[in-house]
Amino acid sequence: MKSPYELVIGLEVHVQLLTRSKLFCGCSTRFGAEPNTQTCPVCIGMPGVLPVMNRRAFELALRAGVALCGEIAPLTKWDRKQYYYPDLPKGYQISQFDLPFCQGGFLEISDAKGAFEPKRVRLIRVHLEEDAGKSMHDEAAGVADSRIDLNRAGTPLMEIVTEPDMRSPAEAKTFLTELKLLLTYLNVSDCNMQEGSLRVDANVNLHVDTPQGKVATPIVEVKNMNSFRAVERALTHEAERQFAAWQQSGHKLGDVPKQTRGWDDAANLTRPQRHKEESSDYRYLPDPDLVPVIVERAQVAEIRDSLGELPAALRSRLEATHGITSYDAEVLVSQGRALVDYFLQTVQACGDGKQAANWIQQDVLRTLNERRMTIGQYSVTAGNLGRLIAKVKSGELDHSRARDVLSAMLQQGGSVEDVMRAQGIQQVDQSELLALCKQLVDANPKLVADIQAGKTKAAGAFVGQAKKRNPNINPAHVIEICLKLAQGKG
Amino acid sequence: MDLTRQDVEKVALLARLDLSEDEIEQMTSQLVRILAYIDRFAELDTDRVEPMAHAIEMSNVFRDDEVRPSLDRREALENAPHHDEQCYLVPAVLGD
Amino acid sequence: MTRSEPSAVDLVARLASGALRAADVTAAFLDRIESHDGDLHAFLHVDRQTALKQARGIDRKRERGEPLGRLAGLPVAVKDLLCTRGEPTTCGSRMLQSFRPPYDATAIRKLREADAVLIGRTNLDEFAMGGSTENSAFQPTHNPWRHGYTPGGSSGGSAACVAASMAPLSLGTDTGGSIRQPAAFCGVTGMKPTYGRVSRQGLVAFASSLDQIGPLAHSAEDAALLLEVVAGYDPGDSTSVDRPVPPYTQTIGRPLENLRLGVIKQQFGDGLHDEIAAAVEAAIDVYRSQGATVREISLPHSQYVVATYYVIAPSEASSNLARYDGVHYGHRTDERAMLDELQAQYARLDAEGRLEAAIRLDSPLVAMYRRSRAEGFGDEVKRRIMIGTYALSAGYYDAYYLKALKVRRLISQDYAAAFGEVDLLIGPVTPTPAFPLGEKVRDPLTMYLVDLYTAGANLAGIPGISLPCGFTSDRLPIGLQLQAPPFEEERLLRGAHMFQQATDWHLRRPTLP
Repeated sequence: MKSPYELVIGLEVHVQLLTRSKLFCGCSTRFGAEPNTQTCPVCIGMPGVLPVMNRRAFELALRAGVALCGEIAPLTKWDRKQYYYPDLPKGYQISQFDLPFCQGGFLEISDAKGAFEPKRVRLIRVHLEEDAGKSMHDEAAGVADSRIDLNRAGTPLMEIVTEPDMRSPAEAKTFLTELKLLLTYLNVSDCNMQEGSLRVDANVNLHVDTPQGKVATPIVEVKNMNSFRAVERALTHEAERQFAAWQQSGHKLGDVPKQTRGWDDAANLTRPQRHKEESSDYRYLPDPDLVPVIVERAQVAEIRDSLGELPAALRSRLEATHGITSYDAEVLVSQGRALVDYFLQTVQACGDGKQAANWIQQDVLRTLNERRMTIGQYSVTAGNLGRLIAKVKSGELDHSRARDVLSAMLQQGGSVEDVMRAQGIQQVDQSELLALCKQLVDANPKLVADIQAGKTKAAGAFVGQAKKRNPNINPAHVIEICLKLAQGKG
Repeated sequence: MDLTRQDVEKVALLARLDLSEDEIEQMTSQLVRILAYIDRFAELDTDRVEPMAHAIEMSNVFRDDEVRPSLDRREALENAPHHDEQCYLVPAVLGD
Repeated sequence: MTRSEPSAVDLVARLASGALRAADVTAAFLDRIESHDGDLHAFLHVDRQTALKQARGIDRKRERGEPLGRLAGLPVAVKDLLCTRGEPTTCGSRMLQSFRPPYDATAIRKLREADAVLIGRTNLDEFAMGGSTENSAFQPTHNPWRHGYTPGGSSGGSAACVAASMAPLSLGTDTGGSIRQPAAFCGVTGMKPTYGRVSRQGLVAFASSLDQIGPLAHSAEDAALLLEVVAGYDPGDSTSVDRPVPPYTQTIGRPLENLRLGVIKQQFGDGLHDEIAAAVEAAIDVYRSQGATVREISLPHSQYVVATYYVIAPSEASSNLARYDGVHYGHRTDERAMLDELQAQYARLDAEGRLEAAIRLDSPLVAMYRRSRAEGFGDEVKRRIMIGTYALSAGYYDAYYLKALKVRRLISQDYAAAFGEVDLLIGPVTPTPAFPLGEKVRDPLTMYLVDLYTAGANLAGIPGISLPCGFTSDRLPIGLQLQAPPFEEERLLRGAHMFQQATDWHLRRPTLP
């Protein structure tokens, strides 16, 4: 049944840039420090202090802007966005108003499971600004005061504003996932929502089908979503809530002022937030303490050339070149460039992309997750994994034996051949195997009878017995031979 | 474009200044006079003139991404009117 | 009265040779402060013990044969607007009455590196806003030439202390004329360098695109010495210009050959005091006698200078002063009293059934901001914050702030065109001489017009110097202004020195009780 409305979503994403120091001063940006231990007169906004821009922050922002296919401004400047809040010590935030460093751009999203059609989410702009501090209020403690920690004040932030191009919570979640992937590939940000290095607000409304045509409902800003999952849930809830509200009130876009609502994850709903009346007059002023930045076209070209292969392109290439599914490609690429490199090296050693992808997804990734390690810390080299896979393919090793070998390599190290030797794994001689199978078939008349009656699966029971006699047997071979012998028995 | 008392009250809130009744009166008449004087440059044709936000025009001033020592917390909080040794304290910031 | 007293340059030489001891020189100036500042109130803060300790430290360095800085042992007074580590930096305001910065301004650091003795912190108009030093939250300063008269502002204390020989050199700041005008009113030499010549790091900002730190002294030669020490590129200030500092003190003695002077015709109108006009004309004649040629120059947008300045400066100020909210430092209102009052207001409105008004009352946080700032700031500061906030607010930005930035461009272009034809501009510093305390304070606009001849240099970023060139029949000093193209301080100082070689106005000293 066709939905009576279209959900329209735009996102405003703030990411912290991976610099060592803050945007305008040398204080560290390290996460988790004791309150107010990473501040200086500049980020506290003491009298007489002056900002000086962090070169690396600007470079990272440029990389992101180029990778997002935005138009990099030849001249960009800094503006003061003025408002009063205890976590904003200067009484203004240094940001960008009319000449942001990047305009336009896009990110393509798709869903391997087909939840939505692939599309391009367009960006309105990307700009650079400083973060505010943190204000903490412990209502439970019944204290009348709020506590202000300025450690975060001055951290470099990149703000990405999208067009309202998304039409479902799934699209929004995918956009965020894809954005995070891109920015982590670029080493621009680690986009960790738990640590606050990625924050997102959504602007949501509906286009409702009425007999008079499509009606747009008022836009609602949704804040306080602390994970990608929360974003999806919040937007799902908002869609229903807004439709119900529209059915009640009939309010159209423009009838009422823009509402702000906060997501309450525990209660699974959004609540209206305090309406800040004059907070919208930010009285932007070009910052007289900072000078504009001129970005030469040559520099933009240089950056474009230095980006390396980005996730989207990488996924396509892996799919096309190595015969893996788009799902496989997505999983591999989403794990990061280092893992992709590992995959490629494994393929080089075994010549089979599909097998390599399977082994990596099933065994390698599982270990990485269980032991909370990165691929860089994984002790089995891609070469060894590749050779292991090759042996399975050639029949030299059966799958389950191969997993034992992998386990051993992980624990003790050594090459595939070393471990096989140590475990006494050898290929069983064909005549030896034949003799063994003949013995087993002769010793199991019941199984033979079952097989002759058509229950070919019964041949599986020979495997356990065979392994006891010779652990090196290949189960598949045993089944094949035993079946033939059993069927041929008179 | 004459400044009214209401305008002055709005601006006082924007500027986070508490003005007494007398001050609002006085401020309104003073500002009206000052703004009337300032208005003289409205007569100038500046359509094709570039604004000059900086006295000496420069660009591309940066610093390296190096960590420098921060202030000792004690020193940072020393001038604070109200703190609890760890954080600055202000009357509760409720809502957002 | 012309007293022969050693210049700063002389003192520095004698201190360097050991002919004078720093402790003695400092003690002598401290004694003068003690004798005269009770009347003049030029200083906000003098710590005799600390100053003598600094001086003795420098004497010991000399005795040990250690290398000494260029100003070794010379007392320098500093406007209480430059952050000085661990010392009260009040900016003439109750807002920062007990603020002690944990850092030195770059200019202060340079003074320390030069082994100057920081003898005291001088009075100013609050946050540098004013032209008479009457806006200081603490005390008005008196003009040493006439008690009860203003020394000018906002660097009134810095000008008065040099005029009264309570310090041989002082640092002031100039945003619309705040060094040059008090220099003129006090009969001393004061200079505003090119924007970006001296680092603003640690200078409490008033109008960031206009502020500059500069020297006040008895002569251009002395001013040159101080400028050489504090000028220079600072990577900590993004608006600091990376150009080497020329050796002003070494080149100052070379007169300017074939000097082309430009007289700004718009300055010699009805508003100019007759005796000032006459003194300036006489000064121009002195230059003629030294071989300079003089021509009339038009700065067609002169009449818009004050209007432009009084949009840009308050706009930037309203932004720069937003940080004074009593949260992280500075004055905070009595929270208990504030909360009680809010509750009482709420209860009253509630009882009257005026719930709508009740819920529109300020929240405690907003009330804290509003009261702290109302209590901490004086009237002039509030006025300028209001003008600036208005000029930047939605709907007015284009008509005021943006417009002012464009007119600023036109004013700057006027100067550039003028300097295409002449080497220096010459004219009065102020339309009137020093006025009695209390005379202009009631009418802000009249006070603003005092910046008529000086604010243009700040808008254009060019350097200007004020030097004494006579007295009114009332025996009040008259100042002469020279202006030069950007980064031509050397030319400016040589031009000023030429005048001071041929005249002795700069050697006159007030008779103090």
